Amino acid sequence: MNKYVSVAISGFVFGLGLAVAGMTHASKVLGFLDVTGDWDASLLLVLGGAVAVTAIAFRLVLRRKAPVLEGTFRLPTAEDIDQPLILGALIFGVGWGISGYCPGPGIALLAAPSWETWVFVPAVLSGALLHRLFMASRADGPIALPGSERSL
Amino acid sequence: MSFSLGDKSMHNFTPLSALGGGLLIGGAAVLLLLLNGRIAGISNITSGLLALKQGDVLWRLLFLGGLVAGAAIYYRLFGNAPAPRLSFPGWLLGLGGVLVGFGTSLGSGCTSGHGVCGLGRFSVRSLAATCIFLVTGIVTAFVVRHMFGVY
Repeated sequence: MNKYVSVAISGFVFGLGLAVAGMTHASKVLGFLDVTGDWDASLLLVLGGAVAVTAIAFRLVLRRKAPVLEGTFRLPTAEDIDQPLILGALIFGVGWGISGYCPGPGIALLAAPSWETWVFVPAVLSGALLHRLFMASRADGPIALPGSERSL
Repeated sequence: MSFSLGDKSMHNFTPLSALGGGLLIGGAAVLLLLLNGRIAGISNITSGLLALKQGDVLWRLLFLGGLVAGAAIYYRLFGNAPAPRLSFPGWLLGLGGVLVGFGTSLGSGCTSGHGVCGLGRFSVRSLAATCIFLVTGIVTAFVVRHMFGVY
């Protein structure tokens, strides 16, 4: 199988799962986050079901020396619970609790476009871009604008 | 609005579809790791596009395109597409989006990267992030809905 075909298939299954689970409905996600309302525990089972699969299968997969179609596994290397992690998770939670969308369901808005799509998707991208610019302005040396990133 | 016991019986709880969808999401993350060696973190896959790094754009677009297609086909087959909220303020949704984009970029992940994949890797970092965004999400949803009455 071609490595690009496999990526598209993974994405497809992911999007299908989100839709099956009802997680593309902001009202359903907010029905979970709003624990004092008419609480909907569904999201807990979505996360639990997904983690049950990854917790078992990731272990088996990572026994391999390399993935099937590419040279190396690309895994996160950071291990510290540092300030950016805490602050970032905090801010993300606020945005999630406001909108009812985390990034996956946010992108899935494109599958049934409405006014929410055209507000939320550009807003997420702007937020990420804002963070990149913020990091670049704090870094020493010339400001690295998106697109000028270079691997040394 | 009534507050009878019947209203609190979780009539909107959908355990089977939630579990089925969760298994599919986990399966997708396993496929991406097994075949391509990558973590299925949607925020990182999306924000990585902004770097416009050569050779690092196409796979991201294909994954996200697949994600959109997967949801679209489900809607086409079962007609369960989410209806847009008509009374939700646009500026508030925009603010939520900016915070989601900024926060996930700063915190290196979201519900999929830290939640589904990070917890599956038994990462303490991801466990911390997941607990934090669940708590702030719950507090925020309470404030928005019950203190400001916005649904």
